[in-house]
Amino acid sequence: MTEIDAKALGADGAVRTASAFPPTPTTVARRPFRASPKLPLSLVGFAAFLLAWHLAVEVWRLPRFAKLPGLVEVFVEWTSTDPMYGVSLFTAEYYQHILVSLKRIVAAFSAATLLGVPLGLLLGWSQRFREYVFPVFETLRPVPILAWVPISIILFSGAETSVVFLTFIAAFFVTTLNTMTGVQSIDPSVVRAARCLGASPRQIFRHIVAPGALPHIFTGLQVSMGVSWFSLVAAEMVSGEFGLGYLINTAYAKIQYPTIAIGMITLGAVGYASSALVRLVGARLMAWRLREIGVGR
Amino acid sequence: MTDLALEPASRGAPQTSSRGAISIRNVVKTYGSGASQVTAVDDCSFEVAAGEICMVVGPSGCGKTSLLNAIAGFHDITSGEILIDGETICGPDRPMAAPGPDRVVVFQNGALFPWKTNLENVAFGPTMQGTMTEAAAKARARSLLAEVGLDDVAERFPGEISSGMRRRVEIARAVINEPRVLLLDEPYRALDALTKQVMHEALLELYYRNKVTIFFITHDLEEAVFLGHKLVISTARPCRPKTIIEVDIPHPRDRSVITSPRFRELMEAAHEAVRQEAVAAFQAGDKEG
Ligand SMILES: Nc1ncnc2c1ncn2[C@@H]1O[C@H](COP(=O)(O)OP(=O)(O)O)[C@@H](O)[C@H]1O
Ligand SMILES: [Mg+2]
Repeated sequence: MTEIDAKALGADGAVRTASAFPPTPTTVARRPFRASPKLPLSLVGFAAFLLAWHLAVEVWRLPRFAKLPGLVEVFVEWTSTDPMYGVSLFTAEYYQHILVSLKRIVAAFSAATLLGVPLGLLLGWSQRFREYVFPVFETLRPVPILAWVPISIILFSGAETSVVFLTFIAAFFVTTLNTMTGVQSIDPSVVRAARCLGASPRQIFRHIVAPGALPHIFTGLQVSMGVSWFSLVAAEMVSGEFGLGYLINTAYAKIQYPTIAIGMITLGAVGYASSALVRLVGARLMAWRLREIGVGR
Repeated sequence: MTDLALEPASRGAPQTSSRGAISIRNVVKTYGSGASQVTAVDDCSFEVAAGEICMVVGPSGCGKTSLLNAIAGFHDITSGEILIDGETICGPDRPMAAPGPDRVVVFQNGALFPWKTNLENVAFGPTMQGTMTEAAAKARARSLLAEVGLDDVAERFPGEISSGMRRRVEIARAVINEPRVLLLDEPYRALDALTKQVMHEALLELYYRNKVTIFFITHDLEEAVFLGHKLVISTARPCRPKTIIEVDIPHPRDRSVITSPRFRELMEAAHEAVRQEAVAAFQAGDKEG
């Protein structure tokens, strides 16, 4: 107890001002930001889902489900060294599809982040800039990704660039908008406090605006990662010679139904992993937030 | 006290003990124009002596924060003049003062930087101004935190400590700059009575150790009489001094003064002045509504 806290005890010493001075926790555990689901429970969830799939398609053969690829069928194909439709864990082609999709995601997501975050900071910071740019931004933002397809094909010569562009575009809007919201969410008193304390505009940008917007930025990046995958698959279905979206689409055209399921499961897994990665980076950068909301205690 | 921190705050001013006198002269502050125009401060004049604790008391919405914001340099004044130690900070030629570490504000709802530790928060001013190295600033911050009994939460984030502790951190963050004037806007409004009492003693302790002029807005009369050398009781909107009460109870003070007859008398006087204005504010509200 410090000198001042001791005074708070009052004359009888009985009143521990517990609410005003909570005991200081001494250890700080680290857990991922917005912690990923606990493993045992999620395993039960997965098991239930797989069981339902298996029962619906292969055991009960429910009316509309009978044509779908069954769990066992998919599993056998996926783990076969000699897959019936040419794609399994043991074929190079499988990894090539994943790799091509991942490369496109990395390129598009990085570009969206590198352009979207600074643009969003600027939009949030400068009212003048916002007045010029935001109406244009808000007009383009609702245009669905598929509506961009013709433009991107005209604009870029190769299919590759246009797929990356299409993947980029939705992610870019999400990141920019969230970053801008992040800046606007900063308590004006905090900026005033920094000015009072003698910080220059540049220091305010670096020490107040950027970290203050960070929680929103990372929320934005998580959404943006999801949107990237979504757009990527759409783009790969339209044009492209490789990638998971392309795999699913061609498997459908060739009536290779188990391969569709393999593509979907793989997409889900890779998508989940990439979002988890973004969460992890966010958690590293925002220890204060973790501890504030009590996750890190 | 290190002279290092003194430098930025008192740029250009003589470093005598008479730092931090505030002169508010015929200050007017209106918001908006036409039909929606609101006059928050009107022809307001009073003096705060260097090293004095001046408590500004008035009903909610009367314009106290507007006056404080003008001194801090957060917004302009419509007319009039504000001087610190005889130097005009805003006036006819220059309607808006520049915010700076010679006049540090402690905000109504708190404004610590949540992403910086308490220690980094306190060290922020001198580090940004470049008046101390980061290490020196942190060392000074640590000793200030110890002065307010918070050395053990130096490495924690503001979100992890109680609101009472946050207020003390914020005051330490202001005091480290050795400002001429400390501007406090109802800093203890949201605290329970017991915590408030601790805060008052912590503030006085800091004040006795780091002489500074304190401009303190409140509508808690007991707080006002306990802390202040002087109470400026404002009229209902617009803000203008209605009554100035000199509190002749000598400093340093402790809780025991509260039970003294003189304290009661001063409370009575303040109460009467405030009550008239509260009634006026209420009736004005009735008319408007
Ligand atoms: N930025 C502003 N724009 C318009 N009116 C304002 C603004 N800030 C304060 N006011 C008005 O000025 C009056 C005084 O406000 P304020 O100075 O915050 O009072 P107090 O701090 O005494 O409660 C209020 O009626 C308020 O609505
Ligand atoms: Mg106010």
